[in-house]
Amino acid sequence: MTESIYQQIGGEAAVNAAVDVFYRKVLSDDSISGFFDDTDMDAQREKQKAFLTMVFGGPNEYSGKDLRTAHAKLVADGLNGSHFDAVAGHLQATLSELGVPENIAGEIMSIAASTKGDVLNQ
Amino acid sequence: MPSVEFSNRVYEAEPSESVLDTLLRNGENPSYSCRKGTCFNCMMRTPDGGVPEKAQAGLRETLRVEGYFLSCLCVPEGDIRVVQAEDAAIYQRAVIQSRELLAPDICRVILEPATPLYYHAGQFLNLRRSDGLCRSYSLASVPNLDRYLEFHIKRLPGGQMSNWAFNEMKVGENVDIQGPNGACFYLPGKPEQNLLLIGSGTGLAPLVAIARDALNDGHSGQVRLYHGSREPAGLYHRDSLFDLAQTYPNFSYTGCLSGENPPLGYASGRADDVALGENKDLKDWRVYLCGNPPMVHAAKKRAFLAGADIEDIHADPFELKELRAEQRSAERQKSVA
Repeated sequence: MTESIYQQIGGEAAVNAAVDVFYRKVLSDDSISGFFDDTDMDAQREKQKAFLTMVFGGPNEYSGKDLRTAHAKLVADGLNGSHFDAVAGHLQATLSELGVPENIAGEIMSIAASTKGDVLNQ
Repeated sequence: MPSVEFSNRVYEAEPSESVLDTLLRNGENPSYSCRKGTCFNCMMRTPDGGVPEKAQAGLRETLRVEGYFLSCLCVPEGDIRVVQAEDAAIYQRAVIQSRELLAPDICRVILEPATPLYYHAGQFLNLRRSDGLCRSYSLASVPNLDRYLEFHIKRLPGGQMSNWAFNEMKVGENVDIQGPNGACFYLPGKPEQNLLLIGSGTGLAPLVAIARDALNDGHSGQVRLYHGSREPAGLYHRDSLFDLAQTYPNFSYTGCLSGENPPLGYASGRADDVALGENKDLKDWRVYLCGNPPMVHAAKKRAFLAGADIEDIHADPFELKELRAEQRSAERQKSVA
């Protein structure tokens, strides 16, 4: 059996390495930071970790329905495709900054892209 | 829906309602303050066990085993019987040794506990008056350096405990103390790491303790303390902090005034603005933030964006019970209008 991409990039340690890099990029981007304006940064960071675990192909309890529920209020507040693409861009930049090999990064990005319909409630 | 039994009365819980909220909704009068699991005022006990893990987070093992939990965080999964936490397990007696003014609306209160208290500089205790009124205050003292427990109490308009401390509290009187609580403190290790400490008002109390603790422990990195207030009188302890800077070359203190036209010798602006403006790259820094909650939350985000790791940012927002109650009733009025 071949290793999952989650195992290949180092599992939970990879998520821990990526989360602050990713979160910092997202919060620094004025076009989307408003959607992350929760005052409880620790809770939000846990959500980012759950998201990264999912797109890294790791064990997670995220379902399409959860993604819809979690983002429903943001969609009502105007979350749209351009915001989704901006977050995806920060994910890609995070992966390249951390030196994730291109083929693995490609797989991760395609998992992320597959969540678009659920996130945007389409 | 699960039921909550308290003093032989049984109440039906609403969906996802905490034990505390069920009791308050039904007119009970349990002790509580922050409602977010920080202050420990609302601790209760169940003889039955089976409280959610989250409701026991941060409690010491002996209390967890005995069924103590925080009622504000406990959403019962089944029927639950609860009782007020038994005093002897969580409170101990302390005697008020002295009270002196540090600023027009801030006083220093010194307590001596009946038995020595093991704590970290920067943690907080709950102080309970003989009639049961209870509030959280940060310790300004350092375990290895100070014999007594020291608190800085700011007088708040309508603040029951703070006005009592200013006007009525007598030296020699007893209060009960619970704690120590909180995770905003100095830990030895990485002595070369730079520390940034930002506080407003009596947020200075835990920060002075953390700074003295770190310096006494031989911390070799920079220890930079920024204290903010509107008026010069609010920047208490100024002289002793300049003395500390004389003793320890790696310690610096900056008093920040957010009011108009600050006098010479003070920085102009809010403490977080001044501190983050002067320290732009916080990669590998440790950051401590105490005081006014909006300042603490905003500074936490800015410190993170300036490069500090989340794990290296320690925050202690001072949530004020009376002020929150006012806001809540204002919101209610708004929704009625």
